[in-house]
Amino acid sequence: MKTVLGIGGTDDSIRALEHTLDRVAETGDELTVAVIENPDSTPAGDEVEDRVEGIIEEYGVDADVVRLSGDPGSALVEFAESNGYDEIVLGGGETSAMGKIQVGRVAEFVLLNSHTSVKLVR
Amino acid sequence: MNGEGITDVSGFPETPFEFDDGEGRAIEVREYDGEREALLSMYEEFDPGDRAQGIPPVRGDALERWLEGILEGVNTVAWDGNDAVGHATLVGDEGMDAHELAIFVAQSHQHAGVGSRLIRGVLSLAYDRGVRDVWLSVERWNRAAVRLYNGVGFEKTRREGFEIEMGTRLTV
Repeated sequence: MKTVLGIGGTDDSIRALEHTLDRVAETGDELTVAVIENPDSTPAGDEVEDRVEGIIEEYGVDADVVRLSGDPGSALVEFAESNGYDEIVLGGGETSAMGKIQVGRVAEFVLLNSHTSVKLVR
Repeated sequence: MNGEGITDVSGFPETPFEFDDGEGRAIEVREYDGEREALLSMYEEFDPGDRAQGIPPVRGDALERWLEGILEGVNTVAWDGNDAVGHATLVGDEGMDAHELAIFVAQSHQHAGVGSRLIRGVLSLAYDRGVRDVWLSVERWNRAAVRLYNGVGFEKTRREGFEIEMGTRLTV
């Protein structure tokens, strides 16, 4: 399986990365981590990329890291479709103080527009 | 992006109060006062189809933990005799002045005016406790809930997605 994980730096996207690295360690799937410009995330691109590289190293698995510019949702969908990925993985949303799950804007766009299967990590 | 609405709570009933619901049942709305078991029973029977964005949690331990957290906020409960049939809650966000609102009505007591009384009661109580800014999120397709929130002054505050964010400022 060829997987691309979109990550903008929000807590849920970091959790999704850790979850996916665990999976990759078991399955040997091919993983690309795409750092996207998430408007809902405070950390900026370089900071996110550094953090991602660090976490991947910690897990000791093989994964490529790429930077996607422009609108994060459409950049991710286009990247996945034009490079033959089987699955897009994203963080499954933030949880409010009340406990309500709120799906992020990038995930919404990808769910509605992607022809590639989408996995939201909870 | 739109601004939050304004809710004048001075016309809202002050807890505790009683009313006859649309089915002629006598319902009392009171501030939560430790009736944890009755609320747990209500949530254990809650129709999974009426869950909103993952709450109430279905599993027992997750449900208890969730309830424990929200019961620290401002809470009102609707009672039909000894049965809790509705619950409105306001939870403060860490580092934010705004409180998040949620409201649940047992399936047996929906479409009977319980929710609209319950929400007015909790907003009035919250105002007395010093709460001013209230926000909530609601699934876009839950039109009945959006109407209810609009009816007490909430306005959309965020671009519409799967869920709508709404907010209001309480005043008298």
